[in-house]
Formats: sequence, C-alpha cells, structure tokens
Amino acid sequence: MADQNTLSPLDLETHDKTFLDANELVINMGPQHPATHGVLRVILRLDGEKVLGLECVIGYLHRGVEKIGEHRTYTMFNPYVDRMDYVAAVSNGLGYCEAVEKLLNVEAPPRAQHVRVILTELNRIASHQLWLGTHALDIGAITPLFYTFRDREEILKIYEKYCGARLTTHAFRIGGLQYETYAGFEKEVKNFLNFLKPKIDEYEELLTTNRIWVERTKGIGKISAEDCIALGVTGPVLRASGVKWDLRKAQPYANYKNFDFEIPTGQHGDTYDRYLVRMVEMRQSVRIIEQAVDALPEGPIMAKVPKVMKPPVGEVYHSIEAPKGELGYFIVSDGSTQPYRMRVRPPSFVNLQALDLMCRGQLVADVIAVIGTLDIVLGEVDR
Amino acid sequence: MNALIQYIESYLTSDKTPGAAGNMFWAFVYIMLVFTGLSVAVIAMNWLERKILAHMQVRLGPMRVGPHGLLQPIADALKLLLKEDIMPAEADSLVFWAAPFIVVLAAFSVFVVVPFGPQHAITDMNIGILFMLGVSSLSVLGIVMAGWASNSHYPLIGALRSSAQMVSYEVAMGLAVVSAILMTSLNASGTGTLSMIGIVEAQKAQGEWFVFKFFPLGLIAFFIFAVAMVAETNRAPFDLAEAESELTAGFHTEYSGFRWSLFFLAEYSAMIAVSSIAVTLWLGGWLRPFPNWLSGPAWSAIFSYVPGVTFLFFAAICFYNTARMPKHPYFRIQTLGLGAFGAVLGLIGLILFIPAVSFRIQDIFWFSAKVAGFMYLYIWYRGTFPRYRFDQLMKMGWKVLLPMGLGVLILTAGVALLQIKS
Repeated sequence: MADQNTLSPLDLETHDKTFLDANELVINMGPQHPATHGVLRVILRLDGEKVLGLECVIGYLHRGVEKIGEHRTYTMFNPYVDRMDYVAAVSNGLGYCEAVEKLLNVEAPPRAQHVRVILTELNRIASHQLWLGTHALDIGAITPLFYTFRDREEILKIYEKYCGARLTTHAFRIGGLQYETYAGFEKEVKNFLNFLKPKIDEYEELLTTNRIWVERTKGIGKISAEDCIALGVTGPVLRASGVKWDLRKAQPYANYKNFDFEIPTGQHGDTYDRYLVRMVEMRQSVRIIEQAVDALPEGPIMAKVPKVMKPPVGEVYHSIEAPKGELGYFIVSDGSTQPYRMRVRPPSFVNLQALDLMCRGQLVADVIAVIGTLDIVLGEVDR
Repeated sequence: MNALIQYIESYLTSDKTPGAAGNMFWAFVYIMLVFTGLSVAVIAMNWLERKILAHMQVRLGPMRVGPHGLLQPIADALKLLLKEDIMPAEADSLVFWAAPFIVVLAAFSVFVVVPFGPQHAITDMNIGILFMLGVSSLSVLGIVMAGWASNSHYPLIGALRSSAQMVSYEVAMGLAVVSAILMTSLNASGTGTLSMIGIVEAQKAQGEWFVFKFFPLGLIAFFIFAVAMVAETNRAPFDLAEAESELTAGFHTEYSGFRWSLFFLAEYSAMIAVSSIAVTLWLGGWLRPFPNWLSGPAWSAIFSYVPGVTFLFFAAICFYNTARMPKHPYFRIQTLGLGAFGAVLGLIGLILFIPAVSFRIQDIFWFSAKVAGFMYLYIWYRGTFPRYRFDQLMKMGWKVLLPMGLGVLILTAGVALLQIKS
C-alpha cells in the first residue's frame, strides 16, 4: 500500500496495463452518478474498499458566470448570480446587491434590510433542508428526503407569492427591493415558522439518535480546525470543527447585528457534528426570522440609486454567510457601466478542496457521506 | 385410463404431501400452483411495496396505470420483457447468461419444502430445513458469477460485498435455526426433526410456538434470524450489494430487460422464502394465532371466519375508494375497474365463508398472513433505516449476532436437556 502522504499523481495512461498486478483499484465516480450531487467527477484510488486518495474533476457545469458579469451592466448581472448556487439563490442575490451597494456607497432602507434578512434566512432553511434530504438519501435513508421536500415547498410558495419565482428568485435589487411585501406576508411567514418547528423535531427524530445514522456519521470525514483554516473551508464545516466563525456575527452585514441568535459549533469536526450544527442553524434561522418579522419597520424599500449605475473607480470585496459558507464578491470598477473584473468566491468550490483530505483512509461508502456533508452545489463550484 | 384416474384419485384420501405420498401428478399440480402463487405474490409485492413506501413518504406512489396504479406491475413487466437485451461487449457471455438463471433457480427451488399446511407442500423431506438453507445459499454463486462476468468495477465490488455478507450471516442464521430445531426434540421419544412439517407439528404438540419457548431464548433466536434474513436477502438496511448511492446498482448494474427482471424476481421470492423459514420455525407455520388463550370449538369457528372477513375488508376498501373516485367521465373505466376488483375480492371473501372451503384454506391463509407480516416489515425497514457500512455490517454479523447465536444455542441445549431429564 502506498504511503498516504506521498501519493504520486494518478497516471491514467498506464493504469489499465498494470491493473491486474496492482492491488490498487481505480474507480471513476461520476460525472453521472446518483450521489455526486450533479456533475462532480471523482477518481477514486482504492485498496479493496479503502480510499488511498481521490481527485476531483470539475468544470462540467462551467458557464463562465464571472466573464458574463464583465459584459453586463451591474443591474443586468443580478439575475445571473441566482444560477450559481441554485438552491440558495436569494443568498447569492444578497451578496451581490450588497457588494454593488458598497461600491456605489448607498445603503438599503431599513425595511428592505429586514425583508432581505427574512428571505435570506428562509433560504438558509430551504438550503439546509435540501442538504439534509440528499445527505440522508446518500447514506441510505430514503424517507427524510420526502419530508424535507414537503416542507421546503412551503418556503418556495412564499417566494413565489413574493416575487413570482420559486428557485431562481432574483428577489433583491441593487439599493433595496423592487416589490413591496404582499398582503399577509408577515402572517404567512409566521405560520410557516410555527409549521416548521415541529417538523425539524421530526427530522431529528428519524436521524439524530438512529443507531445506524450515528454509526455511519460519527468519526467520518474528520477535519481539524487548523486544516479547515489552511484550506479556507468555511460555513458549517468550519464551525463543526470548533471554530466560531460566522460572518453574520464576525463582520455583520445587512442588519444582522440587530438580531439575537447563536452560532452553533461542534467539537469533533466529523460528519455527525456537521449534521448537528446544521440542524441547530435551522432553528436559529427560525429565531432570526421571528425577530425580523416582529420588528418589521415601515418605510421605503428602495434607496436612491441612479438608473444607469456608474460606480466610482475602485474595487470592493464583500462577503456574506451563505448557507454553505463564505460567499464573496470581488468587483473592480473602472467607472463605466460594466464591472472591469468580477470574481466570485464560492463556498462550495473552496470547501470541495477538503474532500481528498477528509476521505483518505476511509471507505468508499464514506466518500458518499463526505460529499453529502460538504453540501456542495456544482453550479456554484463550476460557476 | 381407469388406472390413471385411480392414480389421481388415490391421493385425495391421503393425509401426506404429494411428494411424500409419491404421487407425481399431484406433485406436478402443486409445483404449478406454488409457482403461479409465487409469481402473483411477487407482482403484488411489487405494487404493495411501492404503495406502502410511498404512503410512508407522504406521496401517492403509482396512480396512473389502472385504478390506484393496480396495473403498474403488469406494465412494468411488459416493459422489461420488451426492452433491448444488452450484453456488454467485454462480458463473459456464457457466465453472464447463466448467472440470473442460477439465482432464480435457487430462489424458487426452496419452495419445494415450504409447508403451507399439514398436507400443502410439494414434498416433505426429512432434511427439509437443511435443504432450504442449502439451496437458498446457492444464490450467492449466481451473484458472484453476475458480478464477475459483467467485467466492470461496480458490479465486481457489489458481488464481493454481497457474497461476503451472505456467507457471514449464514453462520448466525444457522445457529439460530439449530436452537429452534433443538426445541423439536422435547417430546416423549426425545428425537427432534428437520422436516419443515415436523417442526410445525412439534410446536402444535407442545402447545407453544417456538418464539415463546424458554422465554426469552426462543425470542432471541428469532430476533437473530430476523436480522440475518434481511442481510441474507440483501435488503435495506443491509442492501450494500446494490447500494445505489455508491455502486449505482451493485452486481446487476450491467443487466437490463428480462435478465434484470429475473434478479428482481429472485430477490422477492428469496424474501418470501426466508420469511417462510422464520414463520415455520418460530411462528407456528400454518397454525392459527392464540391456540391456547382462545381455544375451544367456538373460537375455532370464529377464527375460521377470519380469511373471509379479511377479503371482505379488502373488498370494502376497494368499494370505498371506488366511491371516492373522481366523477369525471375520463375516470369511468378506472372506477369500473376498481369496482370490479373489489367485487372479485368480495366474491373470494364470500366463498371463503363456505365451511368446506374455509376448512381447507385456513392453513394456507394463516401461513400467508404471517409471511405477509414479514413482507411489511421489509418495506418498513426500507422506509426507516439508513444503510449500514460494509465493515459495520461485518462487525454486526461476526461480533454481535454470532456470539449471541452461540450463547442462545448453548443455553437452549442446556435448558432442553434439563427438561428432558426431569
């Protein structure tokens, strides 16, 4: 067996010829595979069932979103960001709008900020629900998927009523919101929260103390806090390793500083801790939304922004805590209507780097669990 | 001609199984009946699994083909038969061809000794339970062949997993079976039996199903078997061999169309087969429930109505749903179909009230009802549990079930010995 730290790069040319002699088995997982969450291709090197190392091949969903951004006006690019992490489209929009607002030096009015928080946190719940369903499905529990999809549907209905779209919402505009909330919005959101709270208990009932679930996730895909920081891993994965780093608290944006919520952290950095962290995050999101709905101020929903946006020359980096981790936008303006350079720092792409480290020495079945627990969306990885 | 009729008639007065009585004609009839019944059961199981699982998962399941999707399994079967039969270019064609047949053969042959009633088995071998365990474990050969002949990585890993799993769980399974067989020897002569019919007769004679015998020893042995049999049939939560999220489909990844449907057929008939073993060994086979608490001719008469009432109940469900069908003309044929299906079930139910019929059919009914309970458990497991990992599965087999089985076997033997001596 090869030394784990000195793996030679995979040589696909000679692999077939030496296949029968070697005790190494190379398996190609994806890009069409039920458990790689889209079109991720993973080349696994196995010794029996043990993973010696793996390589991710990405780019099957590359659409050149960043380049498109440099050829559209600031307003025109806004709907494109929804297509990156398509299960958390609202978060993407929030990050982009705030980045451009920073560049323009405007601030959205308080009511808009509140509605943004409500919709973004709803989106966090929806994203975590989708993660939970698919993650459990990968580990073999089919039923949670249907429960989470049933409840996620209610969030999508709120989006549909608010802005007409369910998935790629384009909910926010630079400088605030386009639409005022519909009549009964507060009540509907509150009803949903009351509906959701027992449902989260229901998910936990199926999994948290389930012997097989605990055995399959505890101690699997461990990653230390140092490794997380070295690789730039963010989001629930980082927090499960014990680092209390959440941009909503660390660098408050929108008006998160007005709300009272807690940042859950884990201790072991394993799949089970990541699961628990995300479950608590869902409950905390419920808390934030409750406060935001109660304190929803009256007032305008749009700041004064010029029809044709020409931000002053300069650059800005703004990042938010998307459901999957730090989502950053780096925008360079040359004073024209289009950005000179647009760069997105997607959490999934950076978190995916940790896959090799987390999977070494584990079994094939664990690779599936780790891909699930990283919560990657290939639209965001490839952009 | 007369001799032939006499030959056929001669069995009717016999109280043995056709195989044991040596009557080839009736043995052939029984084989045909069991084969047809089994195929129907697999089809029904296909529909029921999809429906029950769907309702557990807050969805409806098949609803389009026929009323409430009742014709869905038939549509599926037709689709599988008409599909292109693909054999990978690199595959070993002979082995690839033979593998599904071995699996199906093993899965169906075990039903030779399954006792649906005191006379209702194809034959009664004095090594019945050994025959069942032996033949059903042959299917692992077919699975290994399928995995190897496909000449592809995923099927190979799936076949390796599945063979390792089946071989290791057979050990624990065997120990549990032995402890049940030991219990059959608790009679005046002190000799036990391996015959499937004999095992049920022993439970009848002792007035106690073996699951309650030497409480909790019988229960533990039953539990070990109930776990091992799920692993043995490669079903959730032990469905590693076909873990779709890891290995796409395991050993039958490269199979399609009719060959694939043979694997499907084998899987479900194997499930029915191991459930029949569990029912025979621990749950009193064809005996009706509560033979001691609710004994006496009055209770026997009441229990003889249960088969008919069950079918009437199913018919009532059908009629209820017929009434609930949408009134739109588009649904007229479906509504009629569901009503007709209910009418057929109701007619069967009414026929089962005829004493002569119910007297002959109730053994088969109770046996099938118990097996159906196990089938429901299989579906329930699938809806509830995540999948074990391979090493955890092995750990469970060798480090938990095997020592438990050994302990139960030794204790059962000790208690039985004391009881015989006293």
